[in-house]
Amino acid sequence: MATQVLYILFGGMALGAALLAVTRKNPVASAIWLVVMFFGLAATYVVMEAFFVGAIQILVYAGAIMVLFLFVIMLLDLRQQMLEGKPTTRLRFFGVLAALLFLVVGVVALGDAKDRGLLHRAVTPLPREADIVAANPDATSLVDLPLDGTAGAIADEMFTRWVLPFEVASVILLGAILGAVILTKRRLT
Amino acid sequence: MTTAWSMVHVLAGIFSRPEHGGSTLGWVIGRVLLVLLVAHVVLIVGALMVWSERRVSAWMQDRIGPNRVGPEGLLQPLADLGKFMFKEDVIPRHVDRWIYVLAPAISLLPAMVTFAVIPFMGEVQQAGDWTWHQSWQIADLDIGVLYILSMAGISVYGITLGGWASNSKYSLLGGVRASAQMISYELSLGLAIVPVLLMTGSLGLGDIVRWQGEHGWFLFFQPLAFFIFLVSAYAETNRLPFDMPESETELVAGYHTEYSSMKFALFFLAEYTHMTVGSALVVTLFCGGWTLFGLEALGPWMGLLSFALKTFFFLFLFIWVRWTIPRFRYDQLMALGWSWFIPLALLNILLTAAALATGIPALLYVMPVGLLAAALVVVGIVYRREKTAVRPLAADPTSALWSGNRPAGGGATGEVGS
Repeated sequence: MATQVLYILFGGMALGAALLAVTRKNPVASAIWLVVMFFGLAATYVVMEAFFVGAIQILVYAGAIMVLFLFVIMLLDLRQQMLEGKPTTRLRFFGVLAALLFLVVGVVALGDAKDRGLLHRAVTPLPREADIVAANPDATSLVDLPLDGTAGAIADEMFTRWVLPFEVASVILLGAILGAVILTKRRLT
Repeated sequence: MTTAWSMVHVLAGIFSRPEHGGSTLGWVIGRVLLVLLVAHVVLIVGALMVWSERRVSAWMQDRIGPNRVGPEGLLQPLADLGKFMFKEDVIPRHVDRWIYVLAPAISLLPAMVTFAVIPFMGEVQQAGDWTWHQSWQIADLDIGVLYILSMAGISVYGITLGGWASNSKYSLLGGVRASAQMISYELSLGLAIVPVLLMTGSLGLGDIVRWQGEHGWFLFFQPLAFFIFLVSAYAETNRLPFDMPESETELVAGYHTEYSSMKFALFFLAEYTHMTVGSALVVTLFCGGWTLFGLEALGPWMGLLSFALKTFFFLFLFIWVRWTIPRFRYDQLMALGWSWFIPLALLNILLTAAALATGIPALLYVMPVGLLAAALVVVGIVYRREKTAVRPLAADPTSALWSGNRPAGGGATGEVGS
């Protein structure tokens, strides 16, 4: 019950902040509302006991990406006059297209998760420490116990079953890093 | 003493987690009380640091320092608070009002909430054949280290937004410098912790302290990581020698130039709270937290005492460094972070992982010594080259150390984004 109330509260906070982020004229205000949205989203993850994803959400999006966005907005000193102007028909078309594609991906992913019974597991509480201790009577110290939490569970999946997609993603990121270096270097000697 | 501690245990029974036999209401009340207690202690330590900064700097400069208000001037922070409260609260007309007012609060918050996961005391518990170190903290998150890094990540917002909202060139430059500096040093801060995580196999701070209580402090296993973490913590708190965001010789007062009254005081308090949190983190990650070579078995008060003493030592080190080491130039700061600390931290991770993967425990004892020796050799080579090199005219004598690609004699300071 309390979990559902908190979920609705934080989810509503994320939705409201997201709306404000896209409707504000001042780019700095938009950026700040987007950060608030990330916090709401991270809180909903925490309510579902996905602590690791919640922490990563803050660490990567609020702590790194948005800081860089804000940095650029401040350095260019963007004011709202510079962002005004009518969106063209082409922009509208691609905007609607992107939203529809995202909707399709979301529906397919959620349906797939539901078929595999993952929606229920997401809200099942983690095993308690006491249960883990009872299940490992041979351990002589708490250090020997598999008290991994969410980070351990994700690492187990990521580095065994999904190791190839993981490596492919890291190679793509490496390509992005190299591209950034080449773009910022004025000349390569 | 014994009665007091048995009372604590009774209270702990009332306030224990619902799944350990306590009532939910008692647990919630207990947590709220604990949060209030820790928050107040952190703020009081911050006020105390303002006093000790002035007294210690006076002592180092052969002055007396504030000694009139209360015994040894201890009530000086209270007098300062009164002064801040009654000063005129000026909000310049050209500022972005909302963000200007919010920024000081945003800058204090991340530092305070970081304390939620730091184990400040604990006790050695025994049950049958088992002996283990049970840490006491507000929340024993199993992702404690990630939580700390995320809070370090968002602590840049207060300064950056304050600098931007002030709508003044000095403030903006201070804010931009702060964001560049804090993003850069966040990387080495995070990378320095990775060997610790590799060795403990856990992201929880309680587990890290427990590991150190059983095997020994990480200061001895990972001296290089300790050094990188400590220096990066100095850069993250914007303290001298890395106080570029507010360097008064170039930027008047940097990001808080336009602030007055309690809003300025909040920025000030945020800096000291960041120092307190940074010291507590160094102690928790590298100096055994509340353990002290087996002495913690004497009782929980020994753990608290050990944690407090170690934290106060690192706080003193913050002040000591501030009054002895001159400010770095901006390009020197960036070069130190990006071309020294990050590669060194990565090397440290690789070596630690190799030692753990080969399963040779001796490597873990030999490696730190070898790394320290290698670092010393590198410093020696750089120092010799520096001594024999022809110094550019009128340039900082240490500039050759950090700026390989600067034109000779180009002594320009303070350029943004170099």
